[in-house]
Amino acid sequence: MATVVMTSLDSKSRAASRGLSDIKIRNLFIIPTILFLIVFNIFPLIYSLGYSFTDFRASTNAPATFVGLQNYRELLNDPFIWANFAITAKYVIVSVTGQVVVGFGTAMLLNREIPFKGLITTLLLLPMMLSMAVVGLFWKLLYDPSFGIINYALGLGSFEWLANPDMALYAVAITDIWMWSPFVMLLSLAGLSAVPRHLYEAAAIDRAGPFYTFFRITLPLVAPILMIAIIFRTMEAFKTFDLAYILTSQPTTEVISIRLYKMAFQEWQTGRSCALAYIVLIMVLAITNIYVKYLNRVKER
Amino acid sequence: MAAVQTRSERALNRVAIAAVLVITLLFLAPIYWITSTAFKPRNLATTIPPTVIFEPEISPFVKLFTKRSQLRAAPEPEDYAAAPWWERLVFDGGEKVVRSGRGDVQLSGYPNRFMNSLIVAITSTVLAVGMGTFTAYGFSRFKMKGEADLLFFILSTRMLPPVVVAIPMFLMYRAVGLNDTHWGLIILYTAFNLSFSVWLMKGFIDEIPKEYEEAALVDGYTRLEAFFKIVLPEAATGIAATAVFCFITAWNEYAFALIMTNRRAQTAPPFIPSQVGSGLPDWTVIAAGTFLFLLPVAIFTFLLRNHLLRGMSFGAIRK
Repeated sequence: MATVVMTSLDSKSRAASRGLSDIKIRNLFIIPTILFLIVFNIFPLIYSLGYSFTDFRASTNAPATFVGLQNYRELLNDPFIWANFAITAKYVIVSVTGQVVVGFGTAMLLNREIPFKGLITTLLLLPMMLSMAVVGLFWKLLYDPSFGIINYALGLGSFEWLANPDMALYAVAITDIWMWSPFVMLLSLAGLSAVPRHLYEAAAIDRAGPFYTFFRITLPLVAPILMIAIIFRTMEAFKTFDLAYILTSQPTTEVISIRLYKMAFQEWQTGRSCALAYIVLIMVLAITNIYVKYLNRVKER
Repeated sequence: MAAVQTRSERALNRVAIAAVLVITLLFLAPIYWITSTAFKPRNLATTIPPTVIFEPEISPFVKLFTKRSQLRAAPEPEDYAAAPWWERLVFDGGEKVVRSGRGDVQLSGYPNRFMNSLIVAITSTVLAVGMGTFTAYGFSRFKMKGEADLLFFILSTRMLPPVVVAIPMFLMYRAVGLNDTHWGLIILYTAFNLSFSVWLMKGFIDEIPKEYEEAALVDGYTRLEAFFKIVLPEAATGIAATAVFCFITAWNEYAFALIMTNRRAQTAPPFIPSQVGSGLPDWTVIAAGTFLFLLPVAIFTFLLRNHLLRGMSFGAIRK
């Protein structure tokens, strides 16, 4: 036995010495990717960190003047920016809650013996694979007050969705729920199918009611994977841009990404928009951190 | 399960099946509506009550690919007689096809944008999956200090909001002349997909037993030969799945394309909404453009159906 191990080790080291060494290969394989990401993701962020302390405007040739923390101070004291954050928060809550209810509910229904289950699941997953911008655009027709099929199907007459300041954000959220409930459903299904059957059988023998079974067996076991879905969707909803930008131009749907886009590319307040970008970035990184912790926890199981 | 099913359970199951059917129909309704509108004559696209049964025609696609003036009057009879079949389709809608001086029909902006989408999505996919596979192998097979931190760093680049990255990239691209070029978008999409590709491929490569390569090393292969001849063929399914995911992400992307391109390199996602100008848009043409744009993704979704869970969770959850 020992000799076998010895020869295999020996030939391995000989093999390694024949070609490139393992360490060289490792570096050759990993370093280009790290460099690529540093050059095209980290360097730009350092670049914009610099601009965030200036009054630079990319639309003029005037050189940037250093203004210290003024951009950050003004942004954090600007009630309109806080209003944008409030709209974003409302959007995140409505949209993620909707996705969890619809997605988890559908997963519960699908977690039984259903004919053509595979086909139905794939069909249900289709919306999340499509382009938000392109499909989102078509929802404009569906929401149209005079000839949209939504008003027709619900018998709402000429109800205004997107042109109505109170309704527009909900309309965007409904489209988002349509697109992303399938994601929550997909992950929930994985969690539900991993619940050991014998737990349900034991519960049935103990004559446990459906509510007891759900809250004491199903939910606790699916919770970690559901949590991943929720955090991931929260992060994506927080960053949302495409749908709201395409569907409406209401002030009530101006989520923070849209404000940032307008500040940078329509008002050309480059320096200030870099500062706002940093405020948003820090928030996103905080959510990402929580997300990765959960990913690792689920992976370890 | 079926053996001890009570009557109430069977009834419950029937209710569940009915509910699933209703939900499926609701979820597919918008997609059905896009598809059906793409084959409607213009006057049936926006009717109350909505037109469900109609004779499908392909005039929306003819309009999608051609530039026309919108004459409301009927065309001259000799024009009509001389026109090829696809132009007649448009003529029947009371419109006239614009001809250039040489007499040929002009292309609309759509085919060009569709090609741009293909070029950018395919090139960035090849780059991201290529680099990602090497890097994933490096992380999977070799120990290194701070591995978890590096992997987190790689993942975090994917989570950056596009608009946040777009501001400095726009300024840098403007300085080096990469704005509104294919390469500008390709670089951005490669960077965006690279982290995803590393994470997903690492999962696939982790599943290939190390013993395969070790046996090859014993047989006299070098590490590189073992990688190319043993690992890559074993990882083929994973590479294909990762590539399809990267393609779909790049294909669907909107914010970067909106900011970084305007004419030459513009892809379909920012172009299709720009067709809705002021006034009454022709929804049949938009539906036709949307339909063609969504078709590849719909096909890919069916091919990917067994990998969707894994891909959407960055390789964290497997069946």
